Amino acid sequence: MTLMNEPINRDQNQKKYCRFKKNGIKYIDYKDANFLLKFVNDQGKILPRRLTGTSVKYQKKVAQAVKRARHLALLPYVADSLK
Amino acid sequence: MFKYDYETVFILNPVLSDDQMKDTVSKFKQVLVDNGADIINEEKWGLKKLAYTIQHKNTGFYSMFEYSGTTDLIDKLETEFRREESILRFLTIRLDKHAVAYNARRRNGEFNKKAKKEEAAS
Repeated sequence: MTLMNEPINRDQNQKKYCRFKKNGIKYIDYKDANFLLKFVNDQGKILPRRLTGTSVKYQKKVAQAVKRARHLALLPYVADSLK
Repeated sequence: MFKYDYETVFILNPVLSDDQMKDTVSKFKQVLVDNGADIINEEKWGLKKLAYTIQHKNTGFYSMFEYSGTTDLIDKLETEFRREESILRFLTIRLDKHAVAYNARRRNGEFNKKAKKEEAAS
């Protein structure tokens, strides 16, 4: 029988993977805003690793690229409905 | 002096007329050339909408330089940027080998028609 506090059927329980390692992406370009939009929620905040599943090394690169893009006004610091 | 690879993106005030913009951009290019940088790539993204207002402006004229130069060149370039008032914002980045490889691939148009996943990501 299933344990009481164990989530029974998580819908997306397939293993998350780091898309940068999988695709062999080495450099995240801060100039390409619509690629960075994938890593930002609709308020313009950077998505955490537990949702995107990226590894630490690439999450740091994503965060740095997003911050550079924000500096250059390619991405907003705060937005109400970005997507 | 060892030369590193750099990339500078800067935003010009949109109210300037076309030729003012041209000679401001060429002025910075001149600063680079005078100080012995060899310019790898120069791009003009033209007038773009800013994500937020800078100095009460909503659009800006973006342009980008990719070059390799010595370290003291960067201080000169940045003081030049700070002096020029028509510059809304500038950002200078030092490129590592992955970035240089990426830019080279981006230049010969490898990313325009590729599938969404790898597009401009690799």
